[in-house]
Amino acid sequence: MSLMHEFEKRARQLGIPLSVQLDITWHCNERCVHCYLDHDGVGEMSTAKIKDVIRQLAESGTFFLTVSGGEPLVRRDCFEILGYARSLKFNVKLKTNALKIGPTEAQRLRALGIEQVQISIYSHRAEVHDAITKVPGSLNRSLEAIRFLRAQEIKVSITDVLMSQNLSDAKAVRQLAQDLGVLFEVDPTVTPKLNGDHSIVKLGITGDQLQKVFHTEEFVGNVKEFCAPVPTVDAGVLDDSTCSAGITSCYISPTGDVYPCVQFPLPCGNLRTQSFSEIWRDSRPLREVRSIRVRDLHTCSKCAHIAYCTRCPGLAHMEGDLLGISTADCAKSAARVMDGEPS
Amino acid sequence: MNSKYIARSSAIAARPLGGEMMIMSARDSTLFSLNEVATAIWEAADGTTPLADIVVLRVCAKFEIDPETAYADAEEFVSNLAQHGILLVSDQPIESQEEL
Repeated sequence: MSLMHEFEKRARQLGIPLSVQLDITWHCNERCVHCYLDHDGVGEMSTAKIKDVIRQLAESGTFFLTVSGGEPLVRRDCFEILGYARSLKFNVKLKTNALKIGPTEAQRLRALGIEQVQISIYSHRAEVHDAITKVPGSLNRSLEAIRFLRAQEIKVSITDVLMSQNLSDAKAVRQLAQDLGVLFEVDPTVTPKLNGDHSIVKLGITGDQLQKVFHTEEFVGNVKEFCAPVPTVDAGVLDDSTCSAGITSCYISPTGDVYPCVQFPLPCGNLRTQSFSEIWRDSRPLREVRSIRVRDLHTCSKCAHIAYCTRCPGLAHMEGDLLGISTADCAKSAARVMDGEPS
Repeated sequence: MNSKYIARSSAIAARPLGGEMMIMSARDSTLFSLNEVATAIWEAADGTTPLADIVVLRVCAKFEIDPETAYADAEEFVSNLAQHGILLVSDQPIESQEEL
């Protein structure tokens, strides 16, 4: 077992929120067609309040802090917030479109010791990427920023959200990532908006396309391992929790709402009126989420794929049933095996 | 025994977890778990207290271990962490790096 798994296991036993994503704003300087956020949100936490939240997270034992948005760098206090988090010795990742990162910002991120910067790139062709972000010139600006970050030896990860609009460019984006010396991962799921609007899900790739992606070495590594035969379902699997959301990780919105995960819009409390530890310890929704075991899932517990399915409880919740299926993950499980559908 | 000074690098992430200390090097993302003794040394690494004094005050005074063995173990531990940029080591006092 790796040290990371040991930490995760210990955090689970001790009830520690090891990983937290903190969105400091939902405002953004791009308008991506598949974005799950409402950018017109108001009532963001102040700098002082965000620092207070970060201090509380440190006291609660959080180690991994992902600062995201919206576009976090549209907040003028973003570097102050990042610096405060680093002064409390968090492992900090920054999710950004990088449009506001020039040589100076890259130097500042290096000086702060940011662990990794994650940037979404949807195509190697400006006409495709810019059509998705709806910002002319955004691909070139993001790629230029990646070069500034790499010049500072900052780890960068490119995420490519696969949609019918850009799927054919994914291999070229992977090559681009290799040329830039950065990590690359594909995200094959377009999630519903946090407000419950499912209209953007149709932008995603089809089941057949997903199966091709999952059987392509460039995207999943060793295809045979990734699409391994379905493991036997035993009691251990059925007694497992379904996900780390709400157990060792959570999400905090710019307005201070606490959710189990960024794609799990189940309100658990608000940091303007309650302390983080109070919400983490006593929230009834969090307690409910933590109590769920695989055997409680009325459909999935009987499915042959459950032992390795990546079922997302947040997506199941958004489909209306916390104990039900996540259609997107059923499709992923089916696509990972050579010849099977979920039972 | 030459004086050796150690200081915590600012280029790390660290958090206590269940009696141990999780530390990740920003230089190479190596993850470490420090036990109670190692944590005591790491926390005392202020750049101005000689390692020998740290061993006597923070290790021998608290744990049942003889000073020579403790110092030899501490030197090995310090060397290992220094290779990953987690501790700074010098034969002179070191200015604190922890302000960002």
